[in-house]
Amino acid sequence: MKFRLHFVLCLCAALAGGCGERPWNNPYPAADDAQNILYSSFEQRPKHLDPAQSYVENEYALIAQIYEPPLQYHYLKRPYTLIPLTAAHMPKAVYLDRDNRPLPGNAAPERIAYSVYDITIRPGIRYQPHPAFAQDASGAYLYHALSAAQLGDIRTLADFPQQGARELVAADYVYQIKRLAHPGLHSPIFGLMSEYIVGLKQYGELLSRAAKEPGNRPYLDLDRYPLEGVTALDRYTYRIKLHGKYPQLLYWLAMPFFAPVPHEADRFYSQPGLIEKNITLDWYPAGTGPYMLTENNPSQRMVLERNPSFHGETYPEEGEPGDRERGLLDDAGKPLPFIDKVVYSLEKESIPYWNKFLQGYYDASGISSDSFDQAVRVTTQGDATVSEAMQEKGIRLLTSIGADISYIGFNMLDPVVGGLSERARKLRQAISIAVDYEEFISIFLNGRGIPAQGIIPPGIFGYVEGEAGVNPHVYDWVNGRPQRKAIETARRLLAEAGYPDGRDARTGKPLLLHFDTALRGPDDKAYLDWLRKQFQKLDLQLDIRNTDFNRFQEKMLKGSAQIWQWGWNADYPDPENFMFLLYGPNAKAVKNGENAANYDNPEFNKLFERMKNMDNGPERQAIIHQMMDIARRDAPLLWGLHRKKFGLYHAWYKNAKPNEMANNELKYVRIDAELRSRKRAEWNQPVLTPLFIIGALLLAGLLPAVLRYLRKERSPAP
Amino acid sequence: MPFQPVILWTDALIFLLLALVIAFILIARRREHLRAPWREVMRSKMAMGCLVVLLAYFTLGLLDSLHFRPALPSADASNGRVDYSTEVLSVLDLAAAPLRSRVEKTYSAPFAAYSYARETVTRLDGTQVREFPRLQFGGAHLQDPAAERGRDILLRSLRALLVGGIIWLLSGALLVALLARRANTPFRLMLANIMRGRTAIPWHVMLYTSGAMMLLAAWCVALSGAYHILGTGKVGQDVFYEAIKSIRTGLVIGTLTTLVTLPFAMLGVLAGYFRGWVDDVVQYVYTTLNSIPDVLLIAAAILMLQVYMANHPDQFDTIALRADVRLLFLCLILGITSWTGLARLLRGETLKLREMDYVQAAVALGAGHAAIIRRHLIPNVMHIVLITMVLSFSGLVLAEAVLSYVGVGVDPSTMSWGNMINSARLEMAREPMVWWLLLAAFVFMFTLVLAANLFSDKVRDAFDPRLRKL
Amino acid sequence: MIAYIIRRTLYAIPILIGVNLLTFVLFFVVNSPDDIARAHLGVKHVTQDAIEKWKAERGYDKPLIINERAAGVEKITGTIFFEKSLALFAFEFGRSDDGRSIGQEISTRMWPSLAIAVPTLIIGIGVAVSFALLLAFFRGSYIDLWGVVICIIMMSVSGLFYIIGGQYLVGKLWHLVPISGYDVGVHGFKFIVLPVVIGVIGGLGAGIRLYRTFFLEELGKDYVRTARAKGLSESRVLFTHVLKNAMIPILTGVVVILPTLFMGSLILESFFGIPGLGSYTIDAIQAQDFAVVRAMVFLGSVLYILGLLLTDISYTLVDPRVRLA
Repeated sequence: MKFRLHFVLCLCAALAGGCGERPWNNPYPAADDAQNILYSSFEQRPKHLDPAQSYVENEYALIAQIYEPPLQYHYLKRPYTLIPLTAAHMPKAVYLDRDNRPLPGNAAPERIAYSVYDITIRPGIRYQPHPAFAQDASGAYLYHALSAAQLGDIRTLADFPQQGARELVAADYVYQIKRLAHPGLHSPIFGLMSEYIVGLKQYGELLSRAAKEPGNRPYLDLDRYPLEGVTALDRYTYRIKLHGKYPQLLYWLAMPFFAPVPHEADRFYSQPGLIEKNITLDWYPAGTGPYMLTENNPSQRMVLERNPSFHGETYPEEGEPGDRERGLLDDAGKPLPFIDKVVYSLEKESIPYWNKFLQGYYDASGISSDSFDQAVRVTTQGDATVSEAMQEKGIRLLTSIGADISYIGFNMLDPVVGGLSERARKLRQAISIAVDYEEFISIFLNGRGIPAQGIIPPGIFGYVEGEAGVNPHVYDWVNGRPQRKAIETARRLLAEAGYPDGRDARTGKPLLLHFDTALRGPDDKAYLDWLRKQFQKLDLQLDIRNTDFNRFQEKMLKGSAQIWQWGWNADYPDPENFMFLLYGPNAKAVKNGENAANYDNPEFNKLFERMKNMDNGPERQAIIHQMMDIARRDAPLLWGLHRKKFGLYHAWYKNAKPNEMANNELKYVRIDAELRSRKRAEWNQPVLTPLFIIGALLLAGLLPAVLRYLRKERSPAP
Repeated sequence: MPFQPVILWTDALIFLLLALVIAFILIARRREHLRAPWREVMRSKMAMGCLVVLLAYFTLGLLDSLHFRPALPSADASNGRVDYSTEVLSVLDLAAAPLRSRVEKTYSAPFAAYSYARETVTRLDGTQVREFPRLQFGGAHLQDPAAERGRDILLRSLRALLVGGIIWLLSGALLVALLARRANTPFRLMLANIMRGRTAIPWHVMLYTSGAMMLLAAWCVALSGAYHILGTGKVGQDVFYEAIKSIRTGLVIGTLTTLVTLPFAMLGVLAGYFRGWVDDVVQYVYTTLNSIPDVLLIAAAILMLQVYMANHPDQFDTIALRADVRLLFLCLILGITSWTGLARLLRGETLKLREMDYVQAAVALGAGHAAIIRRHLIPNVMHIVLITMVLSFSGLVLAEAVLSYVGVGVDPSTMSWGNMINSARLEMAREPMVWWLLLAAFVFMFTLVLAANLFSDKVRDAFDPRLRKL
Repeated sequence: MIAYIIRRTLYAIPILIGVNLLTFVLFFVVNSPDDIARAHLGVKHVTQDAIEKWKAERGYDKPLIINERAAGVEKITGTIFFEKSLALFAFEFGRSDDGRSIGQEISTRMWPSLAIAVPTLIIGIGVAVSFALLLAFFRGSYIDLWGVVICIIMMSVSGLFYIIGGQYLVGKLWHLVPISGYDVGVHGFKFIVLPVVIGVIGGLGAGIRLYRTFFLEELGKDYVRTARAKGLSESRVLFTHVLKNAMIPILTGVVVILPTLFMGSLILESFFGIPGLGSYTIDAIQAQDFAVVRAMVFLGSVLYILGLLLTDISYTLVDPRVRLA
């Protein structure tokens, strides 16, 4: 017994040891308490940190702080505005005809054969310290030909003793664009870009051949192979030449795909000895941005630290109206970044994350639908604010509408639900009415979403508010708001389609529809149950076919799914990036494009071709409206919903403003670490009473045994 | 016909198992060496109490295994053709039809009359408020829930307990009368004997246990008519119904796993009988299978099955069939991971048996191998199978929950305790907490596993006489 | 002795080949090279062309088991089976779907797993043996009876409930330890406490019951009767003789699972965010990263066979009567 008590005492001493008032449950080292550190998390290990490969939000959250493309989105202004980042000024397109003669800026799109962008970057920008740049006295690279001995005790990038740096030059941007065509990298935008950038397609083929030559293994020196459409004009200027008119290029220039990659890094990382040790560009970025990745242990934590050679930038001086009142311009003109270090911890489950956020160990959090009512109160006006409990803690709520859409689609190639026949169209329209997205949003999203009326989300050009923007096939306009049509309307449409009461009028058989999905989790079950319920309203049987994600993708590629769910996140704020989801030649089953519904309406296609490269204006708006009318009538998708994003921020988290396009927001954020330490101590006092109660109960439980033992020992042995 | 019977794979196997158990009981009654240990089990108060609980579970499970497809109301009655719904129901669903159909919108607490979550409601004057709406079914008969609910629940409970008590007294009296007739004693004497625990089999314990079960059942039936006694889940489904439906899944996994691996386990008999290279091969196979970590083997097999089903959608045209095949497959693969233990036992037992006089005599008389195995070996090792089934039952029920967590358990559309725990786990962060899903899964699962564990403890004692009398 | 170990190791080879073949068949039936390519390439803008290119790049365009087009040895070696599966024998695990070296990953993730598993095992055995001795000492009394019943009750609670309950109470309500996470060094202690305690409690019921039967078995033997006849007190008999002899089955039971400790605890690790091999495996299953699952299956089998070997050896060490045949 003595032993056990002693153990408990030891345990308490060890837990409390040397930290005084510091909460026991603080997951971070004591030394970090007062530091200017932002705490965040990641749910999954990022797959790619190479800017040529990375295309997922959680990866951008990291690399957008590290790599700097020439342009960026203004942090505060809405609608989203592009401003220069490393570029000296915004590049302007010069249009050329087939014979490379310049055309005036307002030339008709058909006449434009090429557009040319000259991008000038600011001089004096330097890369983060990195071993790839380390040189000896004679200027030779120290680590570009590592011997086995040198590799011996290298485990991470930080193990290299020497580091170097150099200035950013235009050739680095050219180098990265060439990397998009690298056969070993499989850049996701290579296919798309090779349609626009002059010579990129041929360049990819050239590199595929070149990569097979023995001299080009392991390192394929892209500088030896010129790319026609992308050239460095001088030390600080490079030129991109495109086929036709493609104003969307500027948006792409704000994404990490077009960030600079120094050829030294590429050469350094292509050494087989480093690849063996997982030291690759895909894992240890080398950029010019405000932060650099100093610890990369994706099974535990990742750490960004301030880049000592950051070129400097200041907090924006203007924003949209109201930003000054919200305190978002308090730091105007101050040098960026504010935070010294960002610690991302692995947090796979949402519950621990949420609880740690409430305990003050994470600085910001989204809201899962489970904790919604705990966190948010909706006022009588329908506005959302934080609940009283949150208010007491000083937590703030910021909302934004996502530039995304998640929808349920029909496979237009399917014999039952697909095709442009009247019968199939009515069936689709009936289902569009029956699947009640208002209810979905209320049950699963606590109202954090708006039912989509078409494919373009609010905030993107082409979205129309009010009655004019309502989908007339699903909604009626009643009392100044859209109202879903009654289920009887749907049943009537269904009867007209030839399925009265959900049964095929010709055979009398109940109509069985198939929903293909990769959703298999426990939380998804509720959703699938709900979906079945929606179809049952029309007496339609919905058969859920779950498969794994690979199989689901394969089905989508083959076009053998019938009804399915999909979503799209904007790459850039332009209607073309949404409308192309319905463009016929983009069909997934035919061309492996992003038109998952395989919708192909010639009229729509023609309008799309006209709309895609137009400048925003009333003419474009009119065409978009026409296109939406066609698509709404055909109903290839249940338009689904656009998410409203709710973010909670602790009182010590300053300058938060949700931005759907920019990912490099960390440099603007400021933390009041002193306030944080105080609040943490206040919220996390250990509760010891239950431990003592449990201990006492255990002792009481052992009491009869002790008594009996004493009695037994006193009596003679049997 | 108003319905079309459907026999799922697991249904067929359950009834096969039932037949086998009955056959075994008939065989065991005639053989003293098999009968003695079971008789000992039957004399244990604990074991018999647990048996009553287990029987209650099994009854529900069996009711849930009688499947059919109801006919649809005919579109035009003239041609006389009947179409059947694609939905497969069971007899239990029929009995619990109100529970199944009374679906709320989302969560509600046990016995609640209001929804758990606030909802934006548009008032008549056009203003929007966020409030707790009344439930559509739970407590819908109350005018003012705050004032009436307590009284209503109490009244209904009393009424239910009264009915339950009467049923119990009647059925108890019937049982005593039957026993009295069999033992040729007067009713009153029999009753007195039973009540004082003077019978060999502890009938009084069984009577009390079944009494408790009947009262509980009556209470549940009566109150679940007016309330959601264990609350509702995320999309408003009744949790009590879900917990009841999960019983079958648990039982299927707990029992069929041993049954479906029987053919494989029989390899152990062959190994023991033939010895030599057969023995070597069988031992090689089971060492190989055994050395793969269980969860990984199960995961691989389940993923494989999913791919197969995805590639052959026409063979699995209903949800019920797909879920059922997956359940069966899970049993099979769980069986394969636990099969080696049984095979080893059977091999050892066969090694012993083949030296027995009567087997040797049969060999001397020139009986064929097949005949010897069928007539002399298999019947004599069957009790090992049964004991293994009893002993591994609870572990398998628990394993189901863990596998569902890993994502390789039963189909997500199958109701099971594992799926319930798994989805409830996500609700722990809610404030106030959604605790009833966890509670329901815990209570139902715990009762079954505890009863099975206590029962199997007695079985183990009875069959392992070394430890019995210390 | 050495000859015996060598012979036993040789026995392991056909078993490992069997495991290898089985996992290969299972996984490549499930996961075609196309799937692997898709997993690597991501979601947006994936074309069949990109998939083909990826396969050629990584050597997944070869036939599965027999290469008809090649000549000579190439027929066997120029296949996916040879290149990807047999390489496991050399402990070359290849790369996971996200392109990371699996071998490297295993060697770093092993330690957090051990940090949880070893204390859980040692404390678990310590506590279970103490309680089992207690029950054996009071065998037949109501303490024994209720002790066993409590054990059975503890066994009847699904392990998931222990974890969920523990995390909720200790982490969320009482603020005693961080809810989840992991760190190395002294600082990491607070992360380990709760998983270890829950691991111990979860295995306690079964452990006590098992060890109790070991003790009872020993108590029934002749030497105990002799010892008692010599007038030794009951506690002396139990604590010296019985405990010593019963430790043989207890420890040999432990030896079997020693190597598998490396594999970590699947559920515990993923609940508490511990970056060990268990959570690695779970993640791989959920993400359907078959290269990782295959590597873990193989590793698990090797460790299991190692465990069997160690058991046999330890038998001979603790009990000289067992001769190595």
